[in-house]
Amino acid sequence: MSKQDFLRRMPEAASAFSRRARLAERLHIDFFLLLLLMLLTVIGLTVLYSASGHNLPSVEKQGTFFVIAYATMFVVAQVPVDFIRRTAPFAYVGGVVLLLAVTIFGDISMGAQRWLQIGSFRFQPSEIMKLAMPITVAAYLSRGFLPPRFRQVVIVLGLIGLPTALIIEQPDLGTSILVATSGVMVLFFSGLLWRYIAAAVVMFGASLWPIWHFMLHDYQRQRVLTMLDPTQDPLGTGWNIIQSKTAIGSGGLSGKGWMEGTQSRLDFLPEGHTDFIIAVMSEEFGLLGVILLLSIYAMVIIRGLMIAVNSQNSFGRLLAASISSTFFVYVFVNMGMVSGIVPVVGVPLPLISQGGTAIVALFAGFGLLMAISTEKKRVMTPQA
Amino acid sequence: MQEVHQFKDHQREARLFRNRVVVMAVFMILLACTLVYRYYDLQIVNYEEYATQSDRNRVHVQPVPPTRGLIFDRNGALLADNKASFTLSVVSADATELNNTIELLKGLIEITPSDLGKFYKAQKQRRHKLDPVPLRFRLTEDEIAHLAVNQHLLDGVEVNAELVRNYPYADMFAHVIGYTGSISEKEMDAFTPEQLQRYSGTHAMGKNGIEASYEDVLLGEVGSQNVETNARGRVMRILDRIDSKQGSDLRLHLDVRLQETAVAAMRGRRGAVVAIDVKTGGVLAAVSYPGFDPNLFVTGIGYRDYKNLNEDVDTPLFNRFLQAQYPPGSTVKPILGLAGLDSGFTDVNRAISDRGVFTLPGSSRIWRDWSLAKTGGGHGRVDLKVAISQSCDTYFWDLGNRMGIDKISEYGHYFGMGILTGIDIPHERKGIWPSREWKRAARREAWYPGDTVNISIGQGNMLATPMQLAVMTSTIANHGVRYRPQFIQKIGDQVHEPIVEEVFDTKPEYWDAVIGGMEEVMHGARGTARKASDRAEYRMAGKSGTAQVVAIAQNAKYNSALLKERHRDHALFVAFAPVEAPEIAVAVMLENAEGGSSQAAPVARAMMDARLLGYYLKADEFVPPVGFHHAAIIKRANNYIAERKAVRVAKEAELTAKSALNAAASSSSSSAASGSGAGNE
Repeated sequence: MSKQDFLRRMPEAASAFSRRARLAERLHIDFFLLLLLMLLTVIGLTVLYSASGHNLPSVEKQGTFFVIAYATMFVVAQVPVDFIRRTAPFAYVGGVVLLLAVTIFGDISMGAQRWLQIGSFRFQPSEIMKLAMPITVAAYLSRGFLPPRFRQVVIVLGLIGLPTALIIEQPDLGTSILVATSGVMVLFFSGLLWRYIAAAVVMFGASLWPIWHFMLHDYQRQRVLTMLDPTQDPLGTGWNIIQSKTAIGSGGLSGKGWMEGTQSRLDFLPEGHTDFIIAVMSEEFGLLGVILLLSIYAMVIIRGLMIAVNSQNSFGRLLAASISSTFFVYVFVNMGMVSGIVPVVGVPLPLISQGGTAIVALFAGFGLLMAISTEKKRVMTPQA
Repeated sequence: MQEVHQFKDHQREARLFRNRVVVMAVFMILLACTLVYRYYDLQIVNYEEYATQSDRNRVHVQPVPPTRGLIFDRNGALLADNKASFTLSVVSADATELNNTIELLKGLIEITPSDLGKFYKAQKQRRHKLDPVPLRFRLTEDEIAHLAVNQHLLDGVEVNAELVRNYPYADMFAHVIGYTGSISEKEMDAFTPEQLQRYSGTHAMGKNGIEASYEDVLLGEVGSQNVETNARGRVMRILDRIDSKQGSDLRLHLDVRLQETAVAAMRGRRGAVVAIDVKTGGVLAAVSYPGFDPNLFVTGIGYRDYKNLNEDVDTPLFNRFLQAQYPPGSTVKPILGLAGLDSGFTDVNRAISDRGVFTLPGSSRIWRDWSLAKTGGGHGRVDLKVAISQSCDTYFWDLGNRMGIDKISEYGHYFGMGILTGIDIPHERKGIWPSREWKRAARREAWYPGDTVNISIGQGNMLATPMQLAVMTSTIANHGVRYRPQFIQKIGDQVHEPIVEEVFDTKPEYWDAVIGGMEEVMHGARGTARKASDRAEYRMAGKSGTAQVVAIAQNAKYNSALLKERHRDHALFVAFAPVEAPEIAVAVMLENAEGGSSQAAPVARAMMDARLLGYYLKADEFVPPVGFHHAAIIKRANNYIAERKAVRVAKEAELTAKSALNAAASSSSSSAASGSGAGNE
């Protein structure tokens, strides 16, 4: 109301801004976030072209996925936040049902049962859970008073635990971490009492031993051991880490140049176009490239947190903050595992690594962010 | 009421939320700093280490194999060259990947179990994980095309043009040139570090003959190149290169035309011929017949081929001119005569009266001269010259008996008998020039006077190789100057000088007497080989001999072949010409041919005609009688032989075509192809 008055008073000076703001409002678009995402898209396709061995079809395929992803983002951005909040339980239940379906009917690929085939369409239900999880937890917690009480916390932990366990069973440690993180983040931002957090940290520490011995698969244990000392098995499980560290390190400050990375071009680097793509980028664009990429990521996260802070209702706040900080976890875990400070858990580098449904899921998340960022005006306008 | 309550909550929640965002932001900044520090540590602090590691991954030093030196005859004819052969090699870092690749290859080209056997053996011996291991040699054009089309499926498979040894004359020089073959594990283990370096790009080395003895100069110097390989070891590009240095070419004393003449004159009979350039000791021809195709050994001979060669009753792998030791028989009479003259036990005029028999005092054993069986008597009055020209045994029994074994044994080495001649190819045998010590050591027996009688005509315990006989003859022709027999004439541009091993210094009239006797053998009215000098345009000196097979029959190989023909004596003949200024010395040995003068002497004559007059004969062509050089008639005869052969081949082709048609409903095109193929020959 006051803003409109202000603009009415100074029509010339603010006309461009107001036009853009009005357009953004009408389209439910956050132009700054869109700009950052497009920048990342361009970087991603550029690096992928080199990492896939100058394979244009694979870049085109990825481009197609980006088109679908942007479309998804625009569609999601139009959905009223309240509608999202109310339909959250259905998304959650649907996601869990699909995860159960995967454990029963799913395709096995690369030793894990992750895929569900419906007609010619093949997708990972765990991707749905990446969004259904924070929406559901945020919807549940925003219903009551915050910070949540013990009973609510227990229920939320149950909500997080069930799909996480199902995804671990597939087994897909990376996705399960991301799904659990997105739920836990909501809990954290909801103002979970510090003593609960402290208790959780202590309990987690205490449970490491049983997790190590009873819950992890052999290959997952091996990954942790490999991270601690890749030279123990340089041609086996340590190979990936040694080669990716070599790729990163040999990039130096400014890199070997686009398409000049020998580690990836000559196939020394495994999975160079998927999970390990940051190694290709580090090799070809050096530390400067890495810092540039990190800066863009940082701006995406900052923008996401700003949207969260500016949101006028707790559901929007919690959801936006969870999506933004989970995005950070993506980046940190991926760049950490490729550089050897985090165990290899199969988390792709967001928007850069090759992968269809993962990108669509990410953009759906940005769509939610945009829906939330433009929602506040919609909430405020009737109040005016 | 509720409205107000909720509004209050809203404020508090927003504040709480902002606090949490700040906490999370700080946490994220800390983690982001960790990441940046990690990448800074890898990319800046430890840059050198990882850059080196990255180069070590991709850059590999590859040896560039040198081209092996060529081998020429004295006229520049190629005896050994290098031919491009397409070899399929597989780089196999990973076992399952390798099996897949081999299965794929089996569908594209022919891979026999023996190829695979050799491949796996070689694979175990490779020096580096990413070394390509040869799987198939001599790919055909079709096979190369098949591989090229499917290249995208065949990771780690390389088709390399490799130069492999080729012997254009196939079996004609097998025993001289030898062959190259794959370096065996045993040979590799024996290598010094320098040798390992020199052979790092080379798969083959000289195994026998010239190829083995001049391996060092033929090999050349290995070069090297830095190549960029991918993770599976495939070479992507060459970064830089130090060229290899080609091995030195060899020029040999051998004359292809003379070698052909020898083979032609032998007319398919087993045996050996050696011709030596009297003035240098250079070997002009060295034939061991039958030979074998050395090309079979170059890329590894198959088990069946080797078995066939090894078990052949004619022993083609046996080097008859260098390793076969025969009793030299009467061919040693000239040097025994020289020994008698030099030691004073006879002189040029001393004569005996020969009645065809010889006995030792106090012994009942009777030695019968060969003339006794023919004429019923002896040679009558015989001096040294006559004794040589008529090959009188009695004269030499008497002479040898009077000289005694100790005196005789002193003279052998002057003529290269009982010692290694020093020829420049390996595996030479030195024969036996007997002595008391030799018999005591070898037989654990005392020397008996009867032994001396036997060896006085080159029988009994005396043994010599055809190479030694040629050296002996050449030494006589040179009046006692014994050159080391050598194949090598030039290494690269460097001329290899003749080497004098020893000089036997004695009076000129002694040489005249002995050589005169040998001349009489060829030209005298009663010379044993006078028929071999028919229509000669130059004077020659020669001596026939007969090697009794009994001594060789101890060899198991001959026992197994109980053929009557193989029990006949071997024919020997040694000769040189022209007498006035000797140029060529020849030794001929024909197995089981009996008569040295009748069978072996014409071969020696053909060699001398070829060398001195240019009348070269060709293998598989008409061999004119001794002394007959009418070119037009020889040509007509050859045309006639060729016509007859063509008719025979056409008939055979017709027969095979018929049998092919009858045998099965095999495609008519193949029988037509075989028919036309045979017709072309």
